[in-house]
Amino acid sequence: MSTNIADHVRSSLVRRGRWGIGEILFWLIAAATLYFLPERHLILNEIAIIGLFALSLDLILGYAGIVSLGHAAFFGLGAYTAGILARDGLADPLLGLGAAAIAAAILGFVTSFLVLRGSDLTKLMVTLGVALVLGEIANQASWLTGGADGLQGITMGPILGLFEFDIFGTTAYAYSLTVTFLLFIVARRIVVSPYGLSLRSIRDNPLKARAVGIPVNRRLVAVYTLAAAYAGVAGALLAQTTQFVSLDVLAFHRSADVMLVLVIGGVGYLYGGLIGAIVFKVLQDVISAWTPQYWQFWIGLILVIIVLAGRERLTERVRTLWKGVAGRTAKSPETLPKTSTREV
Amino acid sequence: MLTILFDGIAYGMLLFVLACGLAVTLGLMNFVNLAHGAFAMAGGYITAVLMNRMGVPFLATLPLAFIGPAILGLVLERTLYKRLYTRSHLDQVLFSIGLVFMAVAAIDYSFGSQQQLIQLPSWLQGRVDILGVQVGLYRSFIIVICGALVVALQLILTKTRFGSRLRAAVDDPRVARGLGINVSLIFATTFAFGSGLAGLGGALGAEILGLDPTFPLKFMIYFLIVVTVGGTTSITGPFLASLLLGIADVAGKYYVPSVGAFVIYTLMIVVLVLRPQGLFERAR
Amino acid sequence: MTIALETKGLVKRFGGLVATDNVSFKLEHGARHALIGPNGAGKTTFINLLTGVIKPTAGQIFLEGQEITGLRPELRVQRGLARTFQINQLFPAMTPLETIGLAVSERLGGGRDWWRVTGSKREIIDEIVEIAQRFRLTDVLDERTSNLAYGKQRLLEIAVAFACRPRVLLLDEPAAGVPEAERHELLATVAALPRDVSVLLIEHDMDLVFSFADRISVLVNGALFTEGTVEEVSTDPRVRAVYLGESVDE
Ligand SMILES: Nc1ncnc2c1ncn2[C@@H]1O[C@H](COP(=O)(O)OP(=O)(O)OP(=O)(O)O)[C@@H](O)[C@H]1O
Ligand SMILES: [Mg+2]
Repeated sequence: MSTNIADHVRSSLVRRGRWGIGEILFWLIAAATLYFLPERHLILNEIAIIGLFALSLDLILGYAGIVSLGHAAFFGLGAYTAGILARDGLADPLLGLGAAAIAAAILGFVTSFLVLRGSDLTKLMVTLGVALVLGEIANQASWLTGGADGLQGITMGPILGLFEFDIFGTTAYAYSLTVTFLLFIVARRIVVSPYGLSLRSIRDNPLKARAVGIPVNRRLVAVYTLAAAYAGVAGALLAQTTQFVSLDVLAFHRSADVMLVLVIGGVGYLYGGLIGAIVFKVLQDVISAWTPQYWQFWIGLILVIIVLAGRERLTERVRTLWKGVAGRTAKSPETLPKTSTREV
Repeated sequence: MLTILFDGIAYGMLLFVLACGLAVTLGLMNFVNLAHGAFAMAGGYITAVLMNRMGVPFLATLPLAFIGPAILGLVLERTLYKRLYTRSHLDQVLFSIGLVFMAVAAIDYSFGSQQQLIQLPSWLQGRVDILGVQVGLYRSFIIVICGALVVALQLILTKTRFGSRLRAAVDDPRVARGLGINVSLIFATTFAFGSGLAGLGGALGAEILGLDPTFPLKFMIYFLIVVTVGGTTSITGPFLASLLLGIADVAGKYYVPSVGAFVIYTLMIVVLVLRPQGLFERAR
Repeated sequence: MTIALETKGLVKRFGGLVATDNVSFKLEHGARHALIGPNGAGKTTFINLLTGVIKPTAGQIFLEGQEITGLRPELRVQRGLARTFQINQLFPAMTPLETIGLAVSERLGGGRDWWRVTGSKREIIDEIVEIAQRFRLTDVLDERTSNLAYGKQRLLEIAVAFACRPRVLLLDEPAAGVPEAERHELLATVAALPRDVSVLLIEHDMDLVFSFADRISVLVNGALFTEGTVEEVSTDPRVRAVYLGESVDE
């Protein structure tokens, strides 16, 4: 009897780690667009980048429960790091990517200590503040960043010395998609690992997490650093594939947009950021064609509606739908906790 | 030197009038209303439009700049905001950012993206020399008006029945409800009043702060600094924070323009991390 | 017998209120010790001090002879001090299986493991099964915790603490709110825990206390009022008086 239970326990636990058919299809379709939608590669490239950026936000928001209104800080730092390297002659894309990841990770590590304590509001303000400070620095240090004019004169070398960037964005898209996919695999691995489980427990109830011996702060620092590195890579991809960086990468609306993207797709199951990025960009494309200047109005309206309709319930539905499609049977969908538990 | 101090105080007072509504919403309803600046912008545009298109005198527009946003605030509170009081801060932030985006685009659509200029009446223009200090007339006017508002607010809060109920509700809404206080009515009134004050601030500040569709985004961070640094359990905290911020900002821009807003943001982070309750608050 | 847990002159003030008043207390190895006292006596505060959720104003805490006064909560758990909460503190969105698995894999050092899939280690699986059976949770392992019956949640609360393999287990009113019929069963489960786990139980139900404990401490207004065997305490008229709310001259 107890071996039966043991088998059951094991299969319940490892089921989360297995890839579903829907997931495999998702990535196959993404890869197929490389061939079937050649005229769309520029926008697909952007989708891949925003998707990665939103994925990194999901790691801290969806899995660790840290709210952030300043995630653009890491994105922007990554973009500037990669951009400046390329401008100054280090044109190898992967080198830039690595440097951006490291720079953003360092910033993430340092600032993570600021978001360990305090209410959601404090965290929102602190993250927002960090992004603002960075934006201000980039603005003032125009000798390094080009200031308000943006960083000009980026020329990228071929990827791995083999693939030159082309004007149709095909190489760019293939590059961004590959990087996003690889980082996605790592993230997916992490969230089903014991470490990922401990993150979810911290998100749900930090007090209890401590009571089962989890070093809460250390785990949060780690995931925040990791997410920062991811965001840095996303920023670097943008800089490298568009060969331009402006102060815009650090702007408040970047942080707000990525939040929106994640909220559209749903928080806490990794695909939310990717799906959200697709929906967001397609919407933007459609609405902009119709009324270019006032796109922001419609974003705002979507946000308001999503929240009023019950964001968490919607997420739940999207996720269930996704799980149905993905053909997995994992139970126990997660919801984001309200502001954390206090009573002891 | 003293002129800068004076300008800083005027600026700070203005910030207080703009932000005190936010402090109350946050303290009372625990609601993070990032769209607060949109009400200020509404007030500013009411004044600008009335003056520039209809030739209404500046002073006459001010009551409307208060009433318009107040009504708008009341309507939105009753229809939308009140559904979100029990939600997470994240939801509130997303919702109010959504509102900001809509407001920005709507104003842009209606009035264009340019700066709105208002022509102050001549008796408010220029500077006078008082004891060797150059004092702007309009800034003195702002200090007088805002000072009067601060005193009035303080009196309302401490001396009236409404004020004591409000404080009871801030302290503990559940207990207040138990005492038979109509908390939801207090919420609505305060929200409307706070929005009205923001509108008035926006109108008064149009000349000093500038007024264009991005106003709510540009000043959002300033309002947030005021409430997070000042705390939300009294109005003296936000008041002191506003003055401090106003003086620091004006002085900073004058003496060390290259450092800019950098210092202010950094200070905000430091305060938030060291004193999450606010600078002037005893930790509870 | 050796001492598993000891406090010396422990004090906690909340503003003017002295919630823990100079408590010097010893928990013997393998003990089944009960801590009783009227509502608001400071029992939960005492547990919070022991586990590091709050910091004492003064005094020291020793776990198996080593001082842990300044140690972070999670490190105390790793040293073998686990607790349950008076009000359920669970992970509502996780399943009991995941919750127990979390505690077990954390203890076995798995929490830093970010590459392997949870549940790929044999020893972890075996231990989850053992704990689930001990606490009669096998039939609800895959339910969402928030959907569990209250009694099951209470059991899970203890199971998780036990999954930390504590040397000392602090139980804050584990049976509170549990239907009368299930209480004795629940306490029996606790009583059946391995004898090398020292247990400190907070409980208001005197029947349960008397049947479970071999020693009883009484806390009143934050201070240790008296301590002794079940016999001594149950027949002490002053204890009765405290519980009936009468004032007693010492
Ligand atoms: N964080 C806190 N801040 C201020 N006072 C507190 C705090 N925690 C507890 N107290 C006070 O300390 C006293 C002891 O509370 P505690 O919860 O420890 O009592 P208890 O013995 O566990 O009561 P019960 O039997 O009701 O669980 C109470 O008066 C309580 O109000
Ligand atoms: Mg208690």
